[in-house]
Amino acid sequence: MTGFLQNTFNGLVSGAFYALLALGLAVIFGMLRVVNFAHGAFYMLGAFGAYILLAEVGVPFWWALVLVPTGLGLFGMLLERAFVHRLTRLDPLYNFLLTFGLTLILQDVVKSRYGIQSSPYATPAELGGSVDLGLFDFPTYRVFILLFAVAVCAGVWWLLTHTRIGVVVRAATERPELTRAFGIDVGRWVTPVFGFGVGLAGLAGVLAAPMRAVNPLMGADLIIVVFAVVVIGGLGSIFGSVAAGFGIGLIQAWGEAYAPPIVAQTLVFIVMAAVLLLRPAGLFGREESSA
Amino acid sequence: MTERSDKSSVDVAPETPDTPGGVVPQTPETPARSRPPSVLGAVAGAPAWVRYALLVVGLAVALWLPNGLYPAVAVDIACWALFAVSVDLLLGYTGLLSFGHAAFWGTSAYVTGLVAIHAGLPFPLAVLGGALAAAALAAPIGYLAVRRTGIYFAMVTLAFAQMIYFVANEWRGVTRGENGLQGVPRELAGLDLSDEYYFYYAALPIVLAGLFAAWRIVNSPFGRVLVGIRDNPARARALGYPVHRYKLTVFVLSGFIAGLGGGLFAIGHRFVSLDVLHWTTSGKAVIMVVLGGIGTLWGGLLGAAVLVRLEDWLSFSGFDMIGLVTGGLFVLVVLLFRRGIWGSAAALAQRWGAGRRRPH
Repeated sequence: MTGFLQNTFNGLVSGAFYALLALGLAVIFGMLRVVNFAHGAFYMLGAFGAYILLAEVGVPFWWALVLVPTGLGLFGMLLERAFVHRLTRLDPLYNFLLTFGLTLILQDVVKSRYGIQSSPYATPAELGGSVDLGLFDFPTYRVFILLFAVAVCAGVWWLLTHTRIGVVVRAATERPELTRAFGIDVGRWVTPVFGFGVGLAGLAGVLAAPMRAVNPLMGADLIIVVFAVVVIGGLGSIFGSVAAGFGIGLIQAWGEAYAPPIVAQTLVFIVMAAVLLLRPAGLFGREESSA
Repeated sequence: MTERSDKSSVDVAPETPDTPGGVVPQTPETPARSRPPSVLGAVAGAPAWVRYALLVVGLAVALWLPNGLYPAVAVDIACWALFAVSVDLLLGYTGLLSFGHAAFWGTSAYVTGLVAIHAGLPFPLAVLGGALAAAALAAPIGYLAVRRTGIYFAMVTLAFAQMIYFVANEWRGVTRGENGLQGVPRELAGLDLSDEYYFYYAALPIVLAGLFAAWRIVNSPFGRVLVGIRDNPARARALGYPVHRYKLTVFVLSGFIAGLGGGLFAIGHRFVSLDVLHWTTSGKAVIMVVLGGIGTLWGGLLGAAVLVRLEDWLSFSGFDMIGLVTGGLFVLVVLLFRRGIWGSAAALAQRWGAGRRRPH
């Protein structure tokens, strides 16, 4: 029983990363109809940002948690203005290809400077040790990640439901043409929303730095799993992406504990295949007017 | 190619302050409906003698290739050309971006390698076995993937290919994990093919057969239906074409052609590693297609030649940021040069030569 709870907890923690990344992807997609391939690279940059700040500038984790997502968000806005923006009128596939090219560039630049070895990042002292939650001890840092990620998702949810920008984003996600027909200037919000999504990926990266190996390819395979997550949840649904993120984290953790590794590794894709068979639009997605 | 109903010709892209009202600016760069330029074979409108002349030139180049380049590079170009053409069959002629074609290229590489090592068959038979295995894998993946279109199709194929990669990574008994398959033999009727120069010519018939198959598919009634599906899926369905079945068929054929390339790649390198299944390999084939020109079979060949040559030159000159160069080149092409090399050349030739044909 204890083992099961522990696996469940760890599943929720890795699900938190999926959820944060899927959330950023979904928000960006909702606003721009762009699937950002570089999302995994931004996650990696977030982790490296935290590492560089600590190792080369001496800025502690808590400041990195604020500074890195902000910096990356600005960087994302810059990229949106410089590149993504020029292709938004075209077929969405072009931006998919463009961000794929950016991924290659970003990974290579980091790799040439820091090599492919993992750079160590110490867990902040305040979050060392473990917390006794009655049944057994959980590592404090993981409890923090889980609480923090849930708080961020809740915060984003609140923004989407209680602010004007949130309403615009949700409307543009669900009914882009109608939103514009109401005379709402969607264009104004595009760049900040793209930056916001990139910032979320950076935030996930900072959170990952003490827990996972910080190296240039840390986001490369992760992003593919996140793509599967958003296909499962339905890209058109922000809630669905987050729910699927936590769900897949749980399923993977249980699979790793109770099934051979080959099954655990492929479970997420098996779930995706099942979703494609039963609900092609995703569990929470609505059928788009796809031809 | 887009996830959009036919009734709205307004792009679902967000509005920008400088173009109010969401009016799509019509520049020569962005044809109506913002699809990649539809240039069937890019020489379809050209007079017959031009097309035959191109074929003759192409054949001559194929026969000359290992004399002008390092034979090993020539072999690589031939393999990647098959791969790129197989991706273009889907992207350029059916409007489906497969970002998971490494699954078929890589599966065939492993199966070909295993057959060559354990059965000692002549290498063309091993490659055929690999390509059949790739086609067999393409059937279920295609069946699931064609249920989605556009960007979702790209994500789904990417994800399934990653699944195959993970399986190969875990299934060490067969794939030898990190070490890869070593010592893949090049057996053909007792000939000595250890020199890449001779191997190139031994492999060339397979390469040409694969390219010819792609050319036949594109120029058949079946291929015309594919283009119809690409340009207007709703209309194709309304006319009674089983769209899913057409897409699945071309997906399996494309997997087979990619498999021919992957099998030859395994024999050519005498070694198969997990890289052949990784998504970066899928991406490389997509880069070749876009670089050469989407929807032009020649473009795939050209893109393969340019990229293989470029990477070879970069690694030879000791430059280790290959990803930066190819990624940067690719970003530039997508931003500024979406017709690719062949597509742009064809468009120029059209404007310059055949003023009577209005480019569409």
